[in-house]
Amino acid sequence: MGYTLNFNLIWRNFDKLWGGLLLSLELAVISIAIGIAIGLLLAVWYVSAGRVVRAGIAAYVEFIRNVPLILLVYLVFYGLPTVVDIAYSAQISFIATLSLYSGAYLVEVFRSGLEAVPRGQIDAGKAIGLTPWQRLVHVRLPTMLRITLPALSNTFISLFKDTSIASVISVPELTYGAQWINFNTFRIVEVYLVVTAMYLFTGYALLYALRLVERRFRAAH
Amino acid sequence: MSTHANPALLDVSEVSKSFGSVEVLRSVSLQVTRGEVVTVIGPSGSGKTTLLRCVNFLESYDSGSIRIDGKEVGFRETGTRQRRSERDLAAMRAETGMVFQSFNLFPHLTAAGNIMLGLRKVRGKSSAEARQIAEHWLGRVGLAHKADSLPAELSGGQQQRVGIARAVAMEPKILLLDEITSALDPELVGEVLEVVRSLAEDGMTMLMVTHEMAFARDASSRIVFMADGGISAAGPPAEILGTEIDNERLRSFLARFRASHF
Repeated sequence: MGYTLNFNLIWRNFDKLWGGLLLSLELAVISIAIGIAIGLLLAVWYVSAGRVVRAGIAAYVEFIRNVPLILLVYLVFYGLPTVVDIAYSAQISFIATLSLYSGAYLVEVFRSGLEAVPRGQIDAGKAIGLTPWQRLVHVRLPTMLRITLPALSNTFISLFKDTSIASVISVPELTYGAQWINFNTFRIVEVYLVVTAMYLFTGYALLYALRLVERRFRAAH
Repeated sequence: MSTHANPALLDVSEVSKSFGSVEVLRSVSLQVTRGEVVTVIGPSGSGKTTLLRCVNFLESYDSGSIRIDGKEVGFRETGTRQRRSERDLAAMRAETGMVFQSFNLFPHLTAAGNIMLGLRKVRGKSSAEARQIAEHWLGRVGLAHKADSLPAELSGGQQQRVGIARAVAMEPKILLLDEITSALDPELVGEVLEVVRSLAEDGMTMLMVTHEMAFARDASSRIVFMADGGISAAGPPAEILGTEIDNERLRSFLARFRASHF
């Protein structure tokens, strides 16, 4: 074998990867938090609104779901500032994109979750005299969250992996860190082996933690 | 008896309702006075449950009126027939309690939590006060030790007793019971009916739909027989469930009922 693995240069630059991993997590957490807010708001709006609003929300969801994420990233980072007079950093741009992206998927998740809340529970809420808003907050949302938690976990794991796309606009997350080390050390196999292991391990750790949370919630069902 | 001295607490007057082309209620009139227990019996599809659900406006109706304590339930009391605002409807519904066939407890709340939700959000009670009331009613239905259990940890009979406690804790003017033992295993029916019986003894006004004829006979002040969306017969239990009754539909309903239940 003509190629000898040498990880020394990787360890020497490991701070790039470690910092990148933390930033990836940060991007995923912030984006899903905003995405959940967007998703909840639009899902609640959708189920109680008329046809025009529904069509508008559906258009947003369909647009996002049918355009590749990398294209959305380019559109927001390069496209938008050239047509309207705004400026933002690559990081902010990516968070905005990923939030809109996850929001679109979560609208669907939450909408079907809201529709899956048993009719009888809503009747029970009405029967004790809860107003529509109180029924939403105290009856429909808690049950909907339980129903949608597994889908929410999956979306979050996906988003964590999708943060790698931020490297195309030079956001120094994990994949960007890997590229940097590769360009500077030419240790392409080693660096991508290490980064793959980091994505895998973090993904599994997240999944495990989220499944624990789900189980706690499911006990209440 | 003067109607002024003893006005109907619940006054259903000529209520009709259709689902599409199917007429489920045909000019139904029914009065329930304070402290009365009125049982509605009849074959499935006769409109019993729909009638009950109209009383707290879980279902709307096309014509007629339903009044509780003289107040129109679902519609504004102006000349035109206009649905009340959701806020008003919620306030009206808080005056009636309902127990459901499938219990419908809130799965994320404990037994006490289920009872406390309405007390806190609708009655505006403090958490401590609501908890105290919840514990009182859980005691009344024999579940003091289950206050912190989630519905999933309770048997069907226990869940239904929590359902009853949740309804009566709100101190409703009238309690609506919709086939509350139909989803229960036979050995759990008794514990639930026992609770209803004790509420009746306390003078709770009730309108219930049930297939438990023996219970209906013992606990009701009056029995109403519905068929095809209308009231076909009404009277004291001894009369309605007796053999003397001159109503062919009721006779055949009871005959079929006895054949299938004994």
